[in-house]
Amino acid sequence: MTEYYFRTEDLKVGYKGRALLENIRISLKKGEILTLVGPNGAGKSTILKSITKQLRILGGNVVIGEKDLSRLNYCELSRKMAVVLTDRIRPELMTCHDLAATGRYPYTGRLGILSREDEEKVERAMELVDAKDLGGRLFTSLSDGQKQRILLARAICQEPEILVLDEPTSFLDIKYKLELLDILQRMAKNQEITVIMSLHEIDLAGKVSDKVIPVRAGCVYDYGKPEDILREDFIRELYDLEKGGFDPVFGSIELPRPLGEPETMVISACGRGIPVYRRLQREGVPFIAGILYGNDVDYQLARHLASRVILAEPFEEISASVYEEAREAAGKCSRIYYTDIPWGSSNRRLLRLLEEMKEQDGIECILFE
Amino acid sequence: MTENGFHYENFKRRGRYTAVFGVMILALLVMAFVNINTGTVDISAAEIVRIIFAGQTEETKYQIIWQIRLPRILMAAILGGALSLSGFLLQVFFNNPIAGPFILGISSGAKMVVALVMIFFLKSIGSMSSYMLIGAAFAGALISVSFVLLVSKRLPNMSALLVAGIMISYICSAVTEFMITFAEDTDIVNLHGWSQGSFSGMNWSNVRVGSAVIAAAFLGTFLMSKPIGAYQMGEAYAKSMGVDIRSFRVILIVLSSVFSACVTAFAGPISFVGIAVPQLTKLALKTSKPLIVIPASFLGGAVFCMFSDLTARMAFAPLELNISTVTSVFGAPVVIWMLVHREKEKQ
Repeated sequence: MTEYYFRTEDLKVGYKGRALLENIRISLKKGEILTLVGPNGAGKSTILKSITKQLRILGGNVVIGEKDLSRLNYCELSRKMAVVLTDRIRPELMTCHDLAATGRYPYTGRLGILSREDEEKVERAMELVDAKDLGGRLFTSLSDGQKQRILLARAICQEPEILVLDEPTSFLDIKYKLELLDILQRMAKNQEITVIMSLHEIDLAGKVSDKVIPVRAGCVYDYGKPEDILREDFIRELYDLEKGGFDPVFGSIELPRPLGEPETMVISACGRGIPVYRRLQREGVPFIAGILYGNDVDYQLARHLASRVILAEPFEEISASVYEEAREAAGKCSRIYYTDIPWGSSNRRLLRLLEEMKEQDGIECILFE
Repeated sequence: MTENGFHYENFKRRGRYTAVFGVMILALLVMAFVNINTGTVDISAAEIVRIIFAGQTEETKYQIIWQIRLPRILMAAILGGALSLSGFLLQVFFNNPIAGPFILGISSGAKMVVALVMIFFLKSIGSMSSYMLIGAAFAGALISVSFVLLVSKRLPNMSALLVAGIMISYICSAVTEFMITFAEDTDIVNLHGWSQGSFSGMNWSNVRVGSAVIAAAFLGTFLMSKPIGAYQMGEAYAKSMGVDIRSFRVILIVLSSVFSACVTAFAGPISFVGIAVPQLTKLALKTSKPLIVIPASFLGGAVFCMFSDLTARMAFAPLELNISTVTSVFGAPVVIWMLVHREKEKQ
């Protein structure tokens, strides 16, 4: 009857009997990836520790498979669930291979001696995380990123049905960030492993997750699909962003726009304005962007960085009123940056605006290349 | 090479383990032989062989070998191994490389209760069985350990732990001294040598009881290698691998206390073996795999204590030194070196 593999029912979590978060409701099918997003200190780790039985649950239940978490002993749980934690571990004189091999713990005998099959599984896991060369190295001698990969290999060795990772991407460079998420995605899809993790990178959360659950101090929202959750206004609310912004289309975060009366205008199209906007933002120069079509890539960034955007309806000829608006705005500027723009029948008015401004005294027109 | 890099590494490691064990066993045999052969009464090697295997020779020499030297050597070996493992278990438990039964006051706690029991029982009954001694020492060890645990729960750092251990050690020693001061003469003679730590005066009954208790505890420790290995990665990971942390910790403390209780009951408190030997063993083996480190530490402790006992007996013969005097001379520098080395590693 239950098609869900992992469920929480009105879960209440916290430390030392004091509830930090309540009413956490999650239902996940096998092979789904759930990501917890939210500001630091919101309680993401607390939730992860509670569902992995590291912390006592203060109310409600967690159901894994058919069984209640409180009824699973550590031994049974270890065959179902593997973890990658943020705890800094310093095992002395332990090689990476040995560390990854500890993942076989639930499957080895009384003395923990690895069988040939165990060894093969360890080796495959090390290969999967691209850490085969590290096998003989001491774990403590590795960089943080390499350690993270070994810990993932360890979790893979445990052959879990559900994998819980607390900020697995911290310390990783972009290559390994992508590889890690790629591995997780493949494990989820091919082996039907359910993944629950917390991520700092909202953009990555949007890319890799089937479900996202936003967590904020004292309040857990309902989980949902990333496209429903990771919206600009919601991210602002979740992280209390006052400056800067989040762009759901690119999943990028943007610094706040320069303040002040704009005396610079950028005329661009087809994404060529983006480097101009970025440079002006870095230099702290407020600017007007226009005339931009609403479907131009430039617009997606201009709306975060420009003081004002003069917008035209897509697929239409630029209207006379928009043209007038732009002309008036440009007239107040002392400098105009323009980029290479493909000219066509619908943007003739933009070309005219640019020609006019070039003629005008007191306005410096600079081609940005 | 690169493809089989790890297997090659594994092969090298096995070679190293074999070599280290080989050297240790050889050292053990050499120490045993030298120990039997050394003493105030000169007995030739050929005679010793005859005494041990054929049993015929003149009476005094037979007595010296069988009743004095052999039990003493065996006890030094067994108790040395026990001491080393007691330290190893405490290091695992506290995740602290300089934890040991002596420095954490466990030996002193055991000593205190043993002294107490000795004074009262020798007076009323006149004798004490080995098991009673061990039981008393075990109770004392648990008292100290509980105190240290209580402190470590409140102040979870390395130095607080050691300070707590050293303090309980002083308290227990003070109580012991107090009791000795008010005890009667015969008891003092009995107690004084023992409370300083010494392998002298061992008999076959001691060997039997000691080896039985320690063999059982050793087996228990060896069977714990798997969870100990998991615990080396920290509590959280150990839990996630299915270790029942609560019972694991209880077992660790009980085993470690049995080891140090046994040592204290028979030989009194002995310093530094528990810290230095497991560390040196790990360094020699270049691994911390409990499955290998546990037997190796035992062997190492045995060799180290036999060597220390030999030194204690012979350095200023016929005067005999306390065993702790010798173990400190060799053990303390190791601990200092370790502290410096670890600091360096952190940077």
